[in-house]
Amino acid sequence: MGKTIAEKIFAAHLRDTPAPDTMILDLDVVMCHEITTPIAIMDLMDKGMDAVFDNTKIKAVIDHVTPAKDSKTAMQGKIMRDWAKRHNIRDFFDIGANGVCHALFPEKGFVRPGYTVIMGDSHTCTHGAFGAFAAGVGTTDLEVGIYKGVCSFRKPETFRITINGQLSKGVSAKDVILAIIKKITVNGGTDKVIEFVGPVVDAFNMSERMTLCNMAVEAGATSGICMPDRVTAEYLWPFIQDNYTTVDDAIAEFAKWHTDEDASFVEQLTIDVSNLVPQTTIRYKPDQVVDIESLPETTVDQVYIGSCTNGRIEDLRDAAKILQGRQLAQGVRGIVTPATPQIYNMALEEGIIKVFMDAGFCVLNPTCGACLGMSSGVLAEGEVCASTTNRNFNGRMGKGGMVHLMSPLSAAAAAVTGRITDPRNLLED
Amino acid sequence: MKKFGGKAIFLDRNDINTDEIIPAKYLTEITKNNLREHLLEDLLLDGRNFNAREEMAEAQVVVTRQNFGCGSSREHAVWAFEVNNIEVIIADSFARIFRQNMFNCGILAIELDKKDIERLFNLSGDVEITIDLDNQLISARVNGADQEAVQCDFEINPFDRDLVSVGGWLAYAAKKY
Ligand code: SF4
Repeated sequence: MGKTIAEKIFAAHLRDTPAPDTMILDLDVVMCHEITTPIAIMDLMDKGMDAVFDNTKIKAVIDHVTPAKDSKTAMQGKIMRDWAKRHNIRDFFDIGANGVCHALFPEKGFVRPGYTVIMGDSHTCTHGAFGAFAAGVGTTDLEVGIYKGVCSFRKPETFRITINGQLSKGVSAKDVILAIIKKITVNGGTDKVIEFVGPVVDAFNMSERMTLCNMAVEAGATSGICMPDRVTAEYLWPFIQDNYTTVDDAIAEFAKWHTDEDASFVEQLTIDVSNLVPQTTIRYKPDQVVDIESLPETTVDQVYIGSCTNGRIEDLRDAAKILQGRQLAQGVRGIVTPATPQIYNMALEEGIIKVFMDAGFCVLNPTCGACLGMSSGVLAEGEVCASTTNRNFNGRMGKGGMVHLMSPLSAAAAAVTGRITDPRNLLED
Repeated sequence: MKKFGGKAIFLDRNDINTDEIIPAKYLTEITKNNLREHLLEDLLLDGRNFNAREEMAEAQVVVTRQNFGCGSSREHAVWAFEVNNIEVIIADSFARIFRQNMFNCGILAIELDKKDIERLFNLSGDVEITIDLDNQLISARVNGADQEAVQCDFEINPFDRDLVSVGGWLAYAAKKY
């Protein structure tokens, strides 16, 4: 009987099996940010367990609220800084070098095919784009990860989603994942690893694969995962070139993780995206998704472009295609936050920052900002935001606000028209 | 082993997420106790704002539906229940991270069959629920009656049970790994 990629990764990292379907895995990377980690650090200190299992395998960043907005967030940052210093954690990214964790860590080459990764953050599944098993965890799991380098999981069951067809112009990876979540619902992936395969995924670049895997948790999945291939190897090449003679060697080695042909899946779904049109969420659940063209007129107060879902350079380029030579509609606030300093720099060099500013956008430093309603663009009661983020929960971007999730193209279209708009109408042929 | 049970409150909705259990703006709190007043502050039930402070005050057990605790991984959601003396949540199903966070803290996230959940939801009056962990049995009594109105079995993974008996995953892992 063949194995899925997740089963292979589990087998290669198995430390213990304390119950028939419970597996304790050794971890390759433990990621930390300043919202969930300080409380873990404080608890470990309290219990006399202030140690790290391997300071080279811990990666830490201050990203959620940066610069600090008040004394409490300043203290969270301080606890992280002191801890990183105390344990000599070299891969610690503070202001000036910091960015949204799930955009920054891939860019640094920290995640490789076959790795096990945890973080006290539900969108850790993003890193599955590299053919890793990457899962969000709570604070206690994070504490044990930091202290002992292990984490418990139930045996992984795999839900394979095959994506066929060809995306039409104006339709992007975000539309694909929104359509998938609509179909399988917010708990369609619970306790499962969603494996994304098929010609559309093969043709996607790493940024698009990250967008897909990022939202796997919105369907309840433990992790999203893609097969590591040439695209993965070329992206990682600057970091792995000492380990392989050629890119082809790396690809050949990555292939050992691929799901076997005779592996078994708990569920399978095949979709064809050739007729897919731009999507958006309505109301408060990420599976409440409709075609933008069928939505009754919906005006917006704010447009937010950024986050671990869609704050990468490819996303900013998409938005700029629509914004170029256009202005924010009257009364609409536009906020963009390039997800990392590197992305910010590229956007500067490519003239994209200027496009945003000329259109009337506020350009923020790299941060999670308003995505989770803590700072930098919180909505007022009754306000509506077109957003490239991943959660439309009630209160997510501010109490009483309404968030419509969509692609960067669609968000930019909403910015210039002042209402949720099918971006295909604004794209040049 | 610790005793679990008490007065039940019913949250009749699927997919209650952790942003509703504890909004992100409280994630800057460094002590668990500071979360106490904000439990379920943003919950919408039947389109109405749920008055959590009043309705949760006496409860020790929550009974709810599908996919409870979905969304953000914040363990603050579990702690917000814990500091309100709620150490048992019974649901149709849980989101993975929330369920794991509950057991990691040494408290109970119990999954029941849909029909057993329905039987609990059909009770009216003041419902008191007791959990017999050794025999894996849930009993519900109504309005102080001696006779149980509903009794049903539940399954618990032996690993999760061990976590409850040692007081959580950190204690377990510190000793074993
Ligand atoms: S950008 Fe939003 S979803 Fe992503 S890690 Fe930050 S807060 Fe979480």
